[in-house]
This record gives sequence, C-alpha cells and structure tokens, in this order.
Amino acid sequence: MSDLNHLIAEAQTDFSACLDLPALENAKAKYLGKTGLLTDALKGLGKLTAEERPAAGAAINVVKQGVEQALNARRDAILEAAQAKQLASESLDVTLPARTQSQGGLHPVTLTLQRIEQLFHSIGFDVANGPEIETDFYNFTALNIPENHPARAMHDTFYVDETHVLRTHTSPVQVHYMQNKQPPLKIIAPGRVYRVDSDATHSPMFHQVEGLWVDEHISFANLKGVVQDFLQKFFERDDLTVRFRPSFFPFTEPSAEMDMSWNGGWLEIGGCGMVHPEVFKHVNIDSEQYRGFAFGLGVERLAMLRYGVNDLRHFFNNDLRFLQQFIK
Amino acid sequence: MQFSENWLRSFINPEMDTQALSHALTMTGLEVEELTPVAPAFEKIVIGEIVSAVKHPDADRLQVCQVNVGHETLQIVCGASNARVGLKAPCALVGAELPGISIKQAKVRGVESFGMMCSSKELGLATEAAGLLELPAHASVGQDIRTFLDLNDHLITLKLTPNRADCLSILGVARDVVAMTGAPLMLPEVATPNLATDNTMPVHVLATESCPAYYGRVIEGVNAQTTSPDWMVRRLERSGILSISALVDITNYVLLELGQPMHAFDLDKLQKRIEVRFAQKDEQLSLLNGNTIKLAQDDLVIADATGPIALAGVMGGEPTSVSDTTTSIFLESAFFTPDVIAGKARRIGLSTDSSYRFERGVDFGNTKHALERATQLVLSICGGSAGPITQSLANLPVRNQVKLRYNRLQSVLGIEIPYATVGQLLTQLGFTFTDQDHVFLVQAPSYRFDIAREEDLIEEIARLYGYDKIPAITPHANLAMLECAESIQNSAVLRDALQSQGYQEVITYSFVEEAWERDLLGNPLPIRLKNPIASNLSVMRSGLWGGLLDVLSYNLNRKQDRALLFEIGSSYHATASGYEEQQKVAGLFYGDFQPEQWSSSKREVDFYDVKATVDMLTHHQAEYRVESHSALHPGQTARIYIDGQAQGWLGKLHPKWQQHYNLAKSTFLFELNVQALLATSVPSYQEVSKFLGVRRDIAVIVDVNIQVQSMIQAVKNANIPLLQHIQLFDVYQGKGIAENKKSLAFLVLMQDTHKTLVDTEAEAAMAELLKILENQFGAELRN
Repeated sequence: MSDLNHLIAEAQTDFSACLDLPALENAKAKYLGKTGLLTDALKGLGKLTAEERPAAGAAINVVKQGVEQALNARRDAILEAAQAKQLASESLDVTLPARTQSQGGLHPVTLTLQRIEQLFHSIGFDVANGPEIETDFYNFTALNIPENHPARAMHDTFYVDETHVLRTHTSPVQVHYMQNKQPPLKIIAPGRVYRVDSDATHSPMFHQVEGLWVDEHISFANLKGVVQDFLQKFFERDDLTVRFRPSFFPFTEPSAEMDMSWNGGWLEIGGCGMVHPEVFKHVNIDSEQYRGFAFGLGVERLAMLRYGVNDLRHFFNNDLRFLQQFIK
Repeated sequence: MQFSENWLRSFINPEMDTQALSHALTMTGLEVEELTPVAPAFEKIVIGEIVSAVKHPDADRLQVCQVNVGHETLQIVCGASNARVGLKAPCALVGAELPGISIKQAKVRGVESFGMMCSSKELGLATEAAGLLELPAHASVGQDIRTFLDLNDHLITLKLTPNRADCLSILGVARDVVAMTGAPLMLPEVATPNLATDNTMPVHVLATESCPAYYGRVIEGVNAQTTSPDWMVRRLERSGILSISALVDITNYVLLELGQPMHAFDLDKLQKRIEVRFAQKDEQLSLLNGNTIKLAQDDLVIADATGPIALAGVMGGEPTSVSDTTTSIFLESAFFTPDVIAGKARRIGLSTDSSYRFERGVDFGNTKHALERATQLVLSICGGSAGPITQSLANLPVRNQVKLRYNRLQSVLGIEIPYATVGQLLTQLGFTFTDQDHVFLVQAPSYRFDIAREEDLIEEIARLYGYDKIPAITPHANLAMLECAESIQNSAVLRDALQSQGYQEVITYSFVEEAWERDLLGNPLPIRLKNPIASNLSVMRSGLWGGLLDVLSYNLNRKQDRALLFEIGSSYHATASGYEEQQKVAGLFYGDFQPEQWSSSKREVDFYDVKATVDMLTHHQAEYRVESHSALHPGQTARIYIDGQAQGWLGKLHPKWQQHYNLAKSTFLFELNVQALLATSVPSYQEVSKFLGVRRDIAVIVDVNIQVQSMIQAVKNANIPLLQHIQLFDVYQGKGIAENKKSLAFLVLMQDTHKTLVDTEAEAAMAELLKILENQFGAELRN
C-alpha cells in the first residue's frame, strides 16, 4: 500500500492548477470523490485480512489527511485571493471631495450678539426684548428726555406718527423690564436701533446691546468693573482696560463715555452711567434703596474690532463673499 | 463749540501745555473733538515791505523786488501779480521751512533771489490764495509773522453735551478750567460808561414769565462803517464766525465771550417802543436771513409800535437791522427762559447761535454785565454816546439748595473721597455751600441750569475728582439661577438648524421699498415713516422676502449662481390699537439643489427640498394648505398651519417675479412666525413594547388632485386600533394607471403593546384603513 504516498504530491499539483472553487471541487473528486483514488483504496481494505487491515487503513488515512490538507490550503488561498481582488476593486480615492450641501453660516453681527449674550449669561444676566416701533414715552419721556429737550435733537429720530418712533436706542427696554419686575435685576437687551444718519461710518439701522444691573449696592466702580471684565473676555485679552470720560445722558447720572484701550490708543465703544432717579421714579423703584447701572454697546463696532472689518457698510450689503468668511 | 486757545488763555492760563489742557478738558466732560494748530510749524518768516520792483530781464511774469525785512534789504524774485512797491507781505528768509518748500538762496532765470514772498496758501493758512498775503500798513517790518498774526494758537472744538450750556462761551469754558485746576480767572475789565445822552427807548415786557430780564440801551452817533479791530476779527474767525460789520461783530463777540446773545437794532427804524410779547394771530416777520415767517401764538417776539421786529432769542428782523448807514442803535441783552425758546428755531428750520444757547440756558446773572461789555466795545470801536439802561425785571429762576450726602456720594461712586476734597471741588466750581454732619447744602450759580438734585452734584464731584481714579471692581451679588424652561427654545436653535442645512444668515433693513410691500407682499397700507432716509427705505416691512430677494439680486450680480439665505427679524404691522411686531424666520433657496460636484447629478431645487427645511423647523407639526399668495406660483404654494393657526408660507417664487428680478433659475421662499416654532414639549417616556410590530404595505389609486396629507390625516383621525404609523413611500402616475389618477403606496406599522399581533387582527385593521380611503377619497385598492 506504500504506493499511495505519491498521491499527496500529485493532489497538491492538481489543486495548485485550480484557479477557482468549482475547478477545485472537480480536482477533489479525483481523490476524494465517490470513485476517487483514496475512496477506492479504502474500499479495497475489505479484501485484506483482519491482521493487515488496521495498518493499511491507517496508512490510507494519513494519505487522505494529506490530500485534505492540500485541498483546504488551496481553498483558503483561492478565497483569500478572491477577497483580495474584491477589496482591490472596491478601493476608492478617499481624497475625492465628499458629497455635500453648501455650508451655511451666521451673520457676524449675530456671532457678536451671541458672544455678548453668552458672556453676560455666564454671570446671570437675562435677555430682555422690547418693541422697535416705540412710543415717544418709552423712547424719551420715561428716560428723562422730555419733549423739546435738546437731547432729543441728538437722536436723529425716525418718526412713524405723532407718538411713535423707531427706537433710537435699546434703553427703552430697561423701562419695560423694570415696569414688570422688581430688583434685583440683571438684563441685557440686544436689538436693532435706528437713527436718521447714513454715511461711511453710520448706518440708519444698527444694533445695540443695553445692559442693566439694579441692586442695593451697585456702584459706578462696579459698572467699570463689569464693562472691563466683559471687554477682556470678549476680546480674549487680559490687558484691555476701560477708560470712562464724563458725558451726559438724561437717563443716567453720573454718565460716561466708555473708551477701550486698543493698539496704544483709546476707542469709544459706548455710553453708560448710573440709572437716573427720574427713570426709577417712572417705574416705581425706590432710588434710595436701589441703585443701578446701565450701559449701551455698539454691536457693529465690537464686531468690526473683533473680526477686523474695516467698513460698516459690509454688514448690511450682505455680500456672500463677505458673509461666508464668518463660517465657523 | 470752536474757539481759539489763546483767547481762552487770556481768561485762564493754567500751567499745562496745549495737549495737556485738551486732555484735561476731555477728561472732565468737555470733550475736545478736534484740536488743530492755526498754522503749520514754520519759522524765519517775517514781515517784508517791497521797496522796489522791476521786471525780470528774462521773464515776463516775474519781478525782481528789493524787500525790506527790517535789519536788511533782500533781493527776491517774485511772480505774484499783486507784488508792488509799498506792499507789506510775509517774507520767508533763506533757511525757512514752509509746508513742502525749503527756502534756499537761488537763481531764478539767472537772477539771484534771497527768499520768498508768501501767500496765505504757502503759509498753510488757506487752501487757495490769489497772490501774496497783503498785510496792513501798520504791520511792522521785520516782525515775525507768527507774532503779528498770532499764529502760535490752536483751534479747539468742543463737543458739548446738552446739559453744559454754561460752557458755550469762553468765560464758561474758563470757569470749568478753574473748577478742574483751581487756577485764577482773569476777566476783562468792564467799566460803566459815561452817560453822554439821556435818550432811551421805552421797554414793555408783557410776557414777564418768559422774559424775566430785559436790558436795553440807546447808543447814538456810532460809526457803523468802521472796521472791526484785527484781534476781534481773528477771534471771531477762529470761532468759525465771519466778520460782517463792526456792530454785528461786537454782538457776536460778546456772545462768544460771555455766552450772552445780544441784538443791536437800528434805532431810527424802531417805532416808539419795545415790547416783549407773544405773537398775535396772523402776524408775520421778515427775518435777517431773508425768510418771512408766519408767527404762531406761542412765539415770543420783540415788537415795536408797528409789530414784531425780532423772534425773541432766535433771530432779528431784517427791517430794523443795523447797516452801514446806521448812526444810532438800541442794544438788547435779555434772558428768555429755555422752555419758551426750545423747539422754536427747529420749527422754522434753523438753529442760530442765539437759540442754541437760550434753549439750553443762558446765565441770567450776567445779562446786564453783557450789555455793559457790549457798550464798552461799541464805544471804543464805533464811538458814540451811550444812554442810560432801560430794564425790566421779573421773577428770575431760583437755584434751590441741593443736598449732597457724603456717604451717598461715596457709595454711588464706590470709592472713598477725602471729605475736604469735596468741599474744595464745590468751591472751585463756584458753588456756595454749608456742611453739617457730612451733609452739604449746596447752591449752584445762575449759569448752572443742570444742578437740581443730589446726583447732579455727585456727577460734578466725580468728574472733577477724576473718573480715572474710580477703580474697576466687579460686583458681589446673591447668586440665583435663571429660569430655564425646557419646553421653550431660543431662536438660536433656528439659526443653528438653518445654518446646518446650508443656509447663510443675512441682516437686511427693517424699512423697505414701498413696492415690495404693495406688490410682492400684497400689503397696500404698510407702516410709513414720516421722515425716511431715502425713498426706497420708506415703509416698514411686513415680511422678510423683499430683503432676501434684494440680497439674492445683489449676489447674482456678483457672479454667484446659487444662494441659500435666511433672516430672522421683526415684521411690523399696524393694528387697531397701535403697532405689532412679529419675529419671523424667512428663507430663500435659489439655483441648484446642491453645489456643483462630481458625485451628484445636477438638478434645480424643488418644492420638496425646501419643504424638508420647513418640516424640520416646525418639528414636523406643520399642516400644508393650498392657498394663494401674491409672491408665489399658484400651483406651488402652501400656507403653513400649526395647531390650526396660520403661521407662514412656503412656495415657489411666481414666474412674473422671477422675471422681474431677472432670475435664471427657480427660487423657493418660506416664512414662518418664530413664536410658533419655539414651543416644544418636554419628552415623556412611554413603555417600549416587548412584542414585535407588523408592517403591511398598501397601494391605492385615487384622483390626482386628492391631497395625501388629508388621506393620512383621515386615517390618523380614525384612531384605528393597533395602527401606530402610516407613511407614504411611493407615488406613481403613468403606464398602467388611468389618466387623472395616481397610485399611492403606504407602509403601515401596527403594534399590540400587550401581546404578539396575530395576522387576523392586522388584516382587520388594514381592511378598516382601506374602507376609510375608499369612502372618503374614492380610493381603489391597486392589484
């Protein structure tokens, strides 16, 4: 029976010649099929004596195992090659651009407003809103600017009718808010405001943020502290300082213009002051018990400084080539 | 207010240079808006006199002049047409540096020249000049021109706040410099004149409440044709006022110097008497500026026997004004209360130096003194004889005592100020006070109209003490968290959602072109501005599409070919009781659905692309109803309802508007009320079923005009047991389906939460569903 050993080598050769699984199955039949060489050899064991049979059987099985091993090895190789081929055929240029919708973005004024809101929210300021078509009373009278007061002339007001104006500042929101809430109060009021003024540095519509803090021990030094803290955080610069210059607003006293240190000089960034007792009187808050500060910041101004925009008019032209520079 | 630094320094001369003075003014509340030198820096320019002038041998337009510059006579070649013998003009010596020119010894066409005769342009005093700057005959040869023309001076422009009317004069600014520095004030001496005539003009003040002080005086025999002295002309010019005539210049000068508006009438043109009264019905006045105005009955006027001759505190009348031929004048110095003047000048469309001051408050303690000062100047410049003062005095404003609590001062400012400093600053301000138990009782002088309450004093002390000395201290506060309703979203959520869908936010004006409102949005009566800044920004928008389309056009003109835009902002609506504002979110999608790219085939955006965005913004709660809108395509318009309330629109821009805006591709628009989008619900957990659900598909054929939304709604409304979800997954029209019909395929999910669903139950549910579609929509089951 030793003549069967050569079958292993023969099978290996046959199997190697097979390139796919059907061919391999065919080649397998020659050795392991119903009439295969090894099957026949096993059938031939019956002709042997009982003494010869175990040794002969064992010898055939060794050969059979060898053939099966060759078969499995070849099968694995074929599968592996097929998979490798498939993977190769499926490979992509991963550097091709993704399938995409256009990129959206927020307006830089919105980004600035959101940043302002976020910072003030972090110390507990609520956001308040008010109408843009405002009554004479809220825009002026309740803010201690009576009719014919020269300060009204400073405002370049758009009139809607005899008693309504487009609000010239966000300060009226203070009054609305204080009419409905009792101190302590901390709000900012962002929004659109309007002045009859249009040139390279003025837009007839722009944005302001009004801030108001009313509590028992609020001081002018606190106002300076909050504004300076805000500017340092907004611009992410610890070295920014705030300078107050005496000024006049009928609804605050003392009043100040706020300047911010910037590139070795000073830049005007808004007005502020301690809430005027007349304003408190209009909203029934006791100015002996409570004090407050208020400030108004120009949002476009902050946006221009923050993002290096050199012309106010960009904000309202809405040129996509401008706006899309602010996609984050 | 603009004035000459040297003029101010003649009143007060603190030991600080120009820059320091300017900074100090700004930091105490008188903001220096502009500080400019009167002349550029130059030297070695002296007064020269041309002593001889001969034609240049080789140049027609040049003269060879001999110029006396004091210590020597120089030969100078000069091309100015007004160069002539006897002329005195500025002469730049060799070595002088003028703006853009260095003066060197030179040969001009072969003739030696040792300097240059100058025009005002060459000195940098004017932008244009016709020839050499001609100096008066009395100019002394050899004197430095800077000294002669007082050129070492600056123009200071103050941006004064409305409360500081007291600083609308040199005296007023000087007083504030006293307050900030404590330096001594030097006032011009004003002597009472000799009364050389007893001529008077009777004065009757009828409106004593509005004119509590009136002083007037006759001056006879004045020479109205004399010229104003150089120093006066210069000070006026440096305050931005042109010299007109000696008499007018004098009244202007006193106005600038003391802040008291004055008026000089031609005495010979006045009839009988002066009255101060309110205008009567139908009275008119022809003003100095040439306009004739109809007077209102609340206009305070100065009148004579014939009628109004001046609008009090605003402007004089033309017929009684002084002129070259005037020989006698009636000089007026009065105090009119701010409220009677306020708004009057604006009403007739002008603002005068006089009205500007009166409506803010003129010092009623200085009225008579100003008249004496003006008299002094008239007598010294124009000559003449002054008569006695006629006066009318009534109840002048009272300056009440104002309480200042030392503790309050410190707590409002948040700093400590030495007690003695407070008193010192009050004194420097010219306030009188007593103090007891840390409470000051303060009386402000007549020129301060802005000191009525404690805060006014706190501000005064703070600005003089120095805002710079107030530290920046963040406050201590009780910490309480803010309300935070989970069911109410912030509009930032909408912005983020739209941004992530590819939309770019824009911000457009709230006022728009009327045509956008009328034609595009079908709003015939928009809210109109009374004083729009431009005719195309004249009405308030009731919707945001006009602005978006405008931005689209702007960008298409700049070579963009796609745009996804959105804006969140107010719309404005007139209501019976006033005005209402609604926050809107609006979007525009123009062009191809996706940017051009290798991996997708190109197609234009369609209705359902944009509808997906609306569904997202409305939390899939929107109901779409067919209605029509003037801006939209009639077949591709849906009005959006949420909980049965109309909340917006979605649709394709009407082809006529597409043409109007010259748009090559389709444009889709949507607009929604923001308020309706922010309410959401707090999630509430429902038990997840342990049993598996069943999916059944069903296809039906219905008329093409049946709305799928109504079919789905009908099924939902029927509350079929077990049925949990129904969804359309296919729409088919064409081969195999009759014309005017469409095939709709739905998937239906069913679930029993208590047990596994059996087929018979599922089939019963499907049968019920089909019955609804058959009965309500004429649906046929598709085989």
